[in-house]
Amino acid sequence: MTRLLRLTVWQWIFVALMLGGLYAAYVRVFYGLGGATHLSDQFPWGLWIGFDVLCGVGLAAGGFTLAAIVHIFNIESYKPILRATILTAFLGYGLVILALLFDLGRPYRIWHPLVMWNPRSVMFEVAWCVMLYTTVLALEFVPAVFERFGWQRPLGWMRAVSIPLVMAGVILSTLHQSSLGSLYLIVPAKLHPLWYTPLLPLFFFLSALAVGFAMTIFESWHSSRAFGRQLEAPLLASMARVLAVLLGFYLVLRFWDLGRRGALARVLENRTESYLFILEIALLLVPMLLLFRRPVRLRPGALYACAVMVIFGFVTNRLNVSVTGMEAGSGVHYVPKWTEVMVTLAIIALGFAIFRFAAQHLPIFEEEAPAVSGRPVRLAAAGD
Amino acid sequence: MSRAILYDSTKCIGCRLCEAACAERWGLPYDDKVAAEEKLSAHKLTAVQTHGERFSRRLCMHCEDPTCASVCPVGAFRKTALGPVVYDESRCIGCRYCMLACPFQVPAYTWDSRLPVVKKCDMCYERQQAGLATACADACPTGATISGKRDALIAEARGRIAENPGQYYDRIYGIEEVGGTSVLFLSAVPFEQLGLRTGLPREPLPLLTWRALSYVPDIVVAGTVLLGGVWWITHRREEVAAAEAREKEEQS
Repeated sequence: MTRLLRLTVWQWIFVALMLGGLYAAYVRVFYGLGGATHLSDQFPWGLWIGFDVLCGVGLAAGGFTLAAIVHIFNIESYKPILRATILTAFLGYGLVILALLFDLGRPYRIWHPLVMWNPRSVMFEVAWCVMLYTTVLALEFVPAVFERFGWQRPLGWMRAVSIPLVMAGVILSTLHQSSLGSLYLIVPAKLHPLWYTPLLPLFFFLSALAVGFAMTIFESWHSSRAFGRQLEAPLLASMARVLAVLLGFYLVLRFWDLGRRGALARVLENRTESYLFILEIALLLVPMLLLFRRPVRLRPGALYACAVMVIFGFVTNRLNVSVTGMEAGSGVHYVPKWTEVMVTLAIIALGFAIFRFAAQHLPIFEEEAPAVSGRPVRLAAAGD
Repeated sequence: MSRAILYDSTKCIGCRLCEAACAERWGLPYDDKVAAEEKLSAHKLTAVQTHGERFSRRLCMHCEDPTCASVCPVGAFRKTALGPVVYDESRCIGCRYCMLACPFQVPAYTWDSRLPVVKKCDMCYERQQAGLATACADACPTGATISGKRDALIAEARGRIAENPGQYYDRIYGIEEVGGTSVLFLSAVPFEQLGLRTGLPREPLPLLTWRALSYVPDIVVAGTVLLGGVWWITHRREEVAAAEAREKEEQS
């Protein structure tokens, strides 16, 4: 008994969130969406779509960017953090699907898009891409499990298909990251002009790429603290530089688009939409300006702070598109019910717990010290 | 030829017999309390609305190119050749994208049900198939709601405007809105004064998403070529370097 009570603060929080999540799940199952959410006919998509799905998929974007960097562009110096990133992405998609099971009115029919096709639907495309990409991520991660148990033959098979798998993963991600933006192309009369633009798919893709880098930096910091791994400072610094350029490109494009559509003046209106738009932009602009400075990129603490800002900016953007920007057009004010918040928090906690468990029991972090400059670890060995 | 409904607000007296007939046809409860609700919901698939001294009706517009049918990932909505847009609840997974996307905010959800479904007017599909008028048109005592072939109803509406130009706002709602609808409105005042959504695009909304979706094959092809090309170049470089290193080793 005393042993049972000797949990850390984080473990207590985890237990509390799990119990809360279970109770919320009970409410959802027995009282329906009406009892568990503040959704309505006027506002059918809330926190579970806006945060759990839109942000969840975006925050898992590090998986395909890093896989492409290591396997396609052959920059092997990033390999030490690849597995952790793939694992986060796989977990992320698993949790998105879990959240969908809460949000769908008939979760037991989640397989319907497999057999009931409607190729005109963006949602149909997203469903297929997410399904296929989750499979790809599982296959990309499974070598870690094989290694743990020392299964050499299946490891060889996975090595043989790894490049086509990575390519499929990159293409599928490009498609559905942008398609999450395309979902909102259908509501020109409802979504606020600060966010509605024909370029939504491009903006969703670019911001997903950016947050993929930010998440990689974020995870690397936490892994180094939790597992005592060295933060690969020069690697993360050069990633941060790419992130800064990407953010700059994205922001210039956003404002060019606002100007082109004549929506620039709406930024200065005295409305909630304008304030939250400014918050979103600030959370992306400030880290961009900071990351262009070399000393900031080389200081782990500052780098981490920038990554966190980018992540918050990204989340604000997705919530602005799905909630803030949709309120005026639908004529209702939406505040999530406690059950919606509880489920979301429980899902996040579950993600952290599974990652920790996997990191402790599977070979996630490479044993050898990461190469510091350039990639030619193997070449140098061959050349000597 | 496809069927349609013509609602002439100038003839409507707000008796709500259309509401009662609709509720009866769907087997939904209808009493004074429901009658007083002036908005669409899962238990009220058509609603008469009061706008000052005038009345207006809300119901599914049965678009010519329905947004709901295009967005539904499982194809639960279908525009029938006869005109009605019908919903097959056995396919529905409950993603509610139809509700988000509908430009007229029509589909309603049975939120409190454990096995929820979408509810909306189906223009009395089975009555139409039998050549009957819709229940609401049948019940209307003043001829404010009539059902018939779309072309004939458009001609009828134009005729009414031409005969009494002073009595009507000189437009028919539903001819151009989002590519045209199978429910048409006539009014004495501009349509926004009746609570109708104006300023909608003239083109069908499904085109907006289709433009993005039609890039999918291009992205797949270009992506494969690009990624394959980059992979080939980066790995070729490595192979060459390794081979050169081996040669050097052999020479020394």
